[in-house]
Amino acid sequence: MSINISDVQKIASLARLAMTEQEAQTARTQLNNIFELIAQMQAVDTAGIQPMSHAQDVTQRLRLDGVTETNQRELFQQNAPQVERGLYLVPPAIE
Amino acid sequence: MPNSSPINFSLRQLSDALHTKKISSVELTHLYLERIAMLNPALNAYVTLNAEMSLAQARNADAMLAQNTSHALPKISNLMGIPFAQKDIFCAQGWRTTCGSKMLENFIAPYDAHVIQKFNEAGAVNLGKTNMDEFAMGSSNETSYFGAVKNPWNHNVVPGGSSGGSAAAVAARLCAAATGTDTGGSIRQPAALCGISGIKPTYGVVSRYGMIAFASSLDQAGPMARSAEDLAMMLNTMAGFDERDSTSLQHPTEDYLRDIDAPATGKPLSGLRIGLPKEFFADGLSEDVAQAVAAAITEYQKLGASVVDISLPNSKLSIPVYYVLAPAEASSNLSRFDGVRYGYRAKEYTDLADMYQKSRAQGFGAEVKRRIMIGTYVLSHGYYDAYYVQAQKIRRLIAQDFEAAFKQCDVIMGPTAPSTAFNLGEKGDDPVQMYLSDIYTIAVNLAGLPGMSIPAGFGKNNLPVGLQIIGNYFAEAQMLNVAHRYQQVTDWHTRMPQSVGVLK
Repeated sequence: MSINISDVQKIASLARLAMTEQEAQTARTQLNNIFELIAQMQAVDTAGIQPMSHAQDVTQRLRLDGVTETNQRELFQQNAPQVERGLYLVPPAIE
Repeated sequence: MPNSSPINFSLRQLSDALHTKKISSVELTHLYLERIAMLNPALNAYVTLNAEMSLAQARNADAMLAQNTSHALPKISNLMGIPFAQKDIFCAQGWRTTCGSKMLENFIAPYDAHVIQKFNEAGAVNLGKTNMDEFAMGSSNETSYFGAVKNPWNHNVVPGGSSGGSAAAVAARLCAAATGTDTGGSIRQPAALCGISGIKPTYGVVSRYGMIAFASSLDQAGPMARSAEDLAMMLNTMAGFDERDSTSLQHPTEDYLRDIDAPATGKPLSGLRIGLPKEFFADGLSEDVAQAVAAAITEYQKLGASVVDISLPNSKLSIPVYYVLAPAEASSNLSRFDGVRYGYRAKEYTDLADMYQKSRAQGFGAEVKRRIMIGTYVLSHGYYDAYYVQAQKIRRLIAQDFEAAFKQCDVIMGPTAPSTAFNLGEKGDDPVQMYLSDIYTIAVNLAGLPGMSIPAGFGKNNLPVGLQIIGNYFAEAQMLNVAHRYQQVTDWHTRMPQSVGVLK
């Protein structure tokens, strides 16, 4: 299996990463090398093996559905690139 | 500098000196800040310093220590007043927290990570935030937006990564000890390459709350210090259940010093069975590292331990499995960086989608983008079963190898890294070569087991070699004791790079 340039552009678009033609070419070569390394997995017989998603097989704890945080909007928005009257500003998404 | 200098004190000695008022926390903090001012420009171990905030904590600690004049008073923490370096992956309120990325270059953390909170509650001093590979993705510290860290033993070689800044800071005596995080070896490999000690606990022992996420099912924080005894003291503070981390384990509180403090006999490790996985001593291991590790094993036999040959047949698959699972988790975790609520936003863009794409393209470095791309691909429609699910199945096979091995032995030992520190720039252009430097550490994260690295001598060019010790789940106290007994009869962990000793 080999990744072509349109695959790279599709992945970049899904990942929301702008990419120039030249960057895509470099990415293609590197991703193909990495997937060559990963391909070793395909030869392993894993029939009947349960996928392991976590190191400890524990069930997810649930917490009470209650308010635990206080409102710290101003503090949090100090890190925002652009705010106005307590709202995060982004370019118009709907015309 | 003579060994009587506080920079070579153990944490216990520092704690005693502080409690008996032989030194104040402010004096100690000044001492380290002066050393940092002189050595950090060349080493680049710290990315953020804030003397005012550090000294405010030191003054508070001195006030607490001054009140504690009688033993009748409630015992205050043995970390009180001791200056630590914090890996810049931990959010610390009011501190710039960058995770080694341009994306967070100007991010001031609005809250404390659990680990930071624990150190603060103990009265420890935060000396500053240490450099790291961007979002902890790297094995050399070269992917940091703030430039590579230099190895204190030789400025032409890497300190390892991703906790390279913490490792270099400990080795160069720019802090009493430091914190790190380990997703595929990021505590153990830099500890090995910089000649210090470090432990990655069992997954779930230390809360991940406020620790910027890379691969959530693998990330685990741990201490980095000169000795196993220091690590145990720090882990006593860092470990414990935290309801804010959904994978934090409800495990009974432990005293990680208990075995270290137990009286020792002539052969303190008699009965201990050390498993040596044949896969860790096969092709790819440098001769100098192999020799140092073999000498350490011989030393362990003198301490009463016996050696068992074991096999971890699936460990060779740990790199391919890791480079599916970790990027998959990373691509999801890093989708939060969109230039809206915090982090870098591109200066020019046409619309919302363009803003996302340009902000992420400009804010992330090459290695981070590469891993986001791998992760996005393996999770995408049509490839999920072939890559992601297959990797999760092999992950279980790798964990089962360890389960079988621990029926034959108590701890597993081997090299931490296949070679001593490599040259800066040596593997920079070839991601696959870089990935292979974590061959002995990654399987431990996949299984969720505790692993540590301790200094075990020097290889070619007088660069440090690390001995890796892998324990069963929750065996940290035992592992720390196993490391401590070795450090009682050897002095590798006390060696200091020449260039950082005498100042002025």
